[in-house]
Amino acid sequence: MTLLAHPETWITDHAIPVGTWSTDFVNFVKNNFQGFFDGLSNVLGFLLDGTTSLLHAVPALLLIVIFAALTYAFKRSWRMALFVFAALLFILNQGYWDRTLETISLIVYATIACMAIGVPIGIAAAHRPALYRVLRPVLDMMQTLPTFVYLIPTLVLFGLGSVPGLISAIVFVVPTPIRLTYIGISNVPRPLIEAGQAFGASPTELLWKVEIPAALPTILAGLTQVIMLSLSMVVIAALVGAGGLGEPVVEAMETVQIGKGFTSGLAIVIVAVILDRVFRPNKESSSA
Amino acid sequence: MSFAAKFEAVDILFPGSADRGARARMQTALAALDAGKTRNDIIGLTGIVVGAADVNLEIEQGEIFVLMGLSGSGKTTVLRALNGLNTISRGRITIRHGDELVDMSNPPPATLRRLRNQAVSMVFQQFALLPWRTVRRNVELGLELRKMKPAEMRAAVDQWLDRVGLLQWADKHASELSGGMQQRVGLARALVTNPDILLMDEPFSALDPLIRNKLQDELLQLQRTVQKTIIFVTHDLDEALKIGNRIAIMKDGRVIQVGKPEDIVLRPATDYVAEFVAHMNPLTAIRAASLMRPIEALRAADGVHRFNDHQDYVLHLDTSGQLIALHRDGAASPFHQPQPGVRCPPGSTGIVTGQHLLKDIVEIRQQTTRPVLVADNGRIVGCIGTTEILDALTQAGRADYRDNTAALN
Ligand SMILES: Nc1ncnc2c1ncn2[C@@H]1O[C@H](COP(=O)(O)OP(=O)(O)OP(=O)(O)O)[C@@H](O)[C@H]1O
Ligand SMILES: [Mg+2]
Repeated sequence: MTLLAHPETWITDHAIPVGTWSTDFVNFVKNNFQGFFDGLSNVLGFLLDGTTSLLHAVPALLLIVIFAALTYAFKRSWRMALFVFAALLFILNQGYWDRTLETISLIVYATIACMAIGVPIGIAAAHRPALYRVLRPVLDMMQTLPTFVYLIPTLVLFGLGSVPGLISAIVFVVPTPIRLTYIGISNVPRPLIEAGQAFGASPTELLWKVEIPAALPTILAGLTQVIMLSLSMVVIAALVGAGGLGEPVVEAMETVQIGKGFTSGLAIVIVAVILDRVFRPNKESSSA
Repeated sequence: MSFAAKFEAVDILFPGSADRGARARMQTALAALDAGKTRNDIIGLTGIVVGAADVNLEIEQGEIFVLMGLSGSGKTTVLRALNGLNTISRGRITIRHGDELVDMSNPPPATLRRLRNQAVSMVFQQFALLPWRTVRRNVELGLELRKMKPAEMRAAVDQWLDRVGLLQWADKHASELSGGMQQRVGLARALVTNPDILLMDEPFSALDPLIRNKLQDELLQLQRTVQKTIIFVTHDLDEALKIGNRIAIMKDGRVIQVGKPEDIVLRPATDYVAEFVAHMNPLTAIRAASLMRPIEALRAADGVHRFNDHQDYVLHLDTSGQLIALHRDGAASPFHQPQPGVRCPPGSTGIVTGQHLLKDIVEIRQQTTRPVLVADNGRIVGCIGTTEILDALTQAGRADYRDNTAALN
């Protein structure tokens, strides 16, 4: 086959081995850093499953009451507490309680990890314009890349189970707190920064006493989004064996069970509504 | 009196973007400045904005020094160089902190922080209070950065909140206060650190005129007890004349005249200053000493001091110049020294000091219906009649008037 006689065939015959490269790369990482990934996988798995078992150890009804009480402590609203109580009771009634606990563990750790990674990176980016210029396309890619694409390498590196679910959730969600922290910190009013400087604040003091408090409403809005986005990953996490409320959805899909699909979907929606209502910042908390 | 801060040939240029050519452009701009190019030329040539050029100032300890000029004249630029919020491109700024003279031209970060925390504090035009903090916590800022113990800090802060009349508001959030109150918080925040120098950048211009006036009075009142060196930026000449012990007039980044309020009003150095002064309110700017007819001008051919247009007042002075008696149409006429807030009896003659404002003199003149005498330590130095008042009201700042008063001094 020559290029001139059959250009199309030539082009397809000489495919650039991008796929092979990426396979090689993932294999290289796996072969050389297996110890690291195994270790990470063990630690995360221990935390996730440990938390789930811990929640399991508490009688379901007691835990529901505790959640309702926490809601009241947080929001000072009897209606909200009552809603949480009834909604969780419904989930228990439909037989999704264990699944819900697994999902809660996943969300808790995904949220902690995303905030712990995202906030410092966001701050660093706000302080260094050059860093943000590099970071922005990476963040865009992380959010536009179909989730299934990086599900495969996470599977290779972490095996099946709750950990790859968590990792995929983090990869998908972490750009959000980075972006929002960046926006919050870079929009701190200039006069407030100067007030801090004019009274002799060092860069670290400026960060803790002026920048972070001023950006806090935006950072907290990021926290709410992180929680909701982590929840949106449950079905995908279930595909790699992470359990949780996504699992019955996947099962229902595979076996075409309309009722199961509907009830499990409803359970996810209920958890979403609860999380959204409870963690959406109060209006007045933005000034506190 | 020794200086609190000194500017020596200070240029402040804003380089704009910090790209590779910035250094070379800065050199070009400085050279152009030396060659006498204007600010606009330099922007066109290099893109660099000249914020302040060749500023030489000596600010004395304990004075209120006003920087005054139109928008963009470089007042803020000069002010902010004093606490390093603007870095200077050339020249030298020295600040006295206790017994120490600190070179502010390019201080190491630690020195700069120490100076900002202990020697120089600032009151901002838009208050710049931290909205998530309470009033008390806002005032604490400087002391907190000093790592002072909470109990100690609270005592100092509450004392200042009391002085600015906001102790009851200590636990409110800054955003719950009116503008005037917020600026009092700003003032307390700056003064609680007991600085050597207080920088105030148009602190009252965001407030309505009544509150502005009140805060000006409060500042003057406060200054009598704290005796700080205050550098005050304003574009309002009346405010400058009211508050300033000395005033520097700026234009296009340069200082074109420095002097006492009287100097500025009565002896403008350039037409630009004269133009400025033409718009001021003479009632609160001109003082008795500069508008009176001096005593020598009252001596008539017969050696007797007479005043008034009809020459019907006769002053009897002793050898030291003290007033012994005052006669009108041959009859003795009463005289007295007016007390603030007390109405003057009609038909008597008021004796004021040279420091009294035209505003006070007009008031006394109206109450007594008599001319006003000016005394310096008991010695009569001049008199002010209707003619002098009208002249001052209509002609202050005008060239012919300037020449007159210059001749008198
Ligand atoms: N950070 C900066 N970067 C670039 N140019 C600046 C900067 N700060 C001030 N300038 C320029 O320097 C000049 C003097 O500004 P400055 O703020 O000192 O004026 P001002 O007398 O305080 O005016 P205003 O009454 O409006 O506050 C202006 O032309 C301004 O555009
Ligand atoms: Mg200004």
